Amino acid sequence: MNTTKELSVKESKIAYLLRLADDRLILGQRMSEWCGHGPVLEEDLALANMALDLIGHASSLYAYAAEVEDEGRDEDHFAYFRDDYEFTNLQLCELPKGDFAFTIARQFLFSSFSYFQYQQLKEAKDEQFAGMIDKHFKEVKYHLRHSRDWVLKLGDGTDESKKRMQDAFDELWMYSGELFYIDGVDEMMLAEGNGADLLSFKDEWKKLVEDTLKEATLNVPDWDQFMMTGSRTGMHTEHLGHMLAQMQFLRRSHPDADWK
Amino acid sequence: MSENNEKDWPLWEVFYQPKNGKPYEHAGSLHASDAENALQNARDVYVRRNEGIGIWVVPSDQITASTPEDMGSFFDPASDKPYRHPQFYSVPRAVKKRS
Repeated sequence: MNTTKELSVKESKIAYLLRLADDRLILGQRMSEWCGHGPVLEEDLALANMALDLIGHASSLYAYAAEVEDEGRDEDHFAYFRDDYEFTNLQLCELPKGDFAFTIARQFLFSSFSYFQYQQLKEAKDEQFAGMIDKHFKEVKYHLRHSRDWVLKLGDGTDESKKRMQDAFDELWMYSGELFYIDGVDEMMLAEGNGADLLSFKDEWKKLVEDTLKEATLNVPDWDQFMMTGSRTGMHTEHLGHMLAQMQFLRRSHPDADWK
Repeated sequence: MSENNEKDWPLWEVFYQPKNGKPYEHAGSLHASDAENALQNARDVYVRRNEGIGIWVVPSDQITASTPEDMGSFFDPASDKPYRHPQFYSVPRAVKKRS
């Protein structure tokens, strides 16, 4: 879509915040499906912790988007009262959780990307935004450390763990291209001093991924293969709608409910 | 111990330091595949509510512990030696005031 070119600075900022928030809400929701189903108790807690971290990041980004928007809406509006085509999260984040290797491979790809992205965003001109990102960055670093460690262990583990880890990366690869999708929203935010320059760290990110896969004795799939696209403008896989139905139905059934 | 114990990861004891300068305290134990994994699990299981600023993990089988049989010779002799406690010494007033 070319309409993004015509967005105002304020609209771009809201769109940018929503993209960041949607990625984290959807991935956090997916990861929360592990709660009570983790491979061992300790990892169950680790996954639930990461899920909560991500949902926490999403919550503050949504709240800030609502503040910038200034139309009296709150984070719940963005999370519960939008339909799938209004979500702009990466398809990578919405894919079903798969087996543990799949969840870990996805988390590694996402967290390593976030690591570079946040390194720039925490220096943003907008101090409120930068402060928020800086706080989240510590958790992102941990997610990267935890997921990377598992990639190494499972990749260089048993025949079965290696096969599952390789299958996971092979399956996820075509969703990795979108991480570096850039349009007017990104350009506007970058020009305003509040965006990350994705191209500036693309090679560094690729190297981190390649080095990790090689250390894990895994094959690096072909970067030039077919890559999915469209999620930043609301095009999603069939999985997102099902997930939102489950996630949103309670809130939508009781739109005026509160905790009092 | 269950029969599939061999499949389980080894057990680790977790210690955490509540504050700078405070001694490490035993938090509990957990299963982990190796030291790095144990450290990460300890972080997620025992210090996720701001309990500490440092963690030690030690393979449980590396700990040498006293046994119930040691009880008599280890601990009983101390039970009738109250003079080993400091309460028989009067604390100077200046020290008391400060604390």
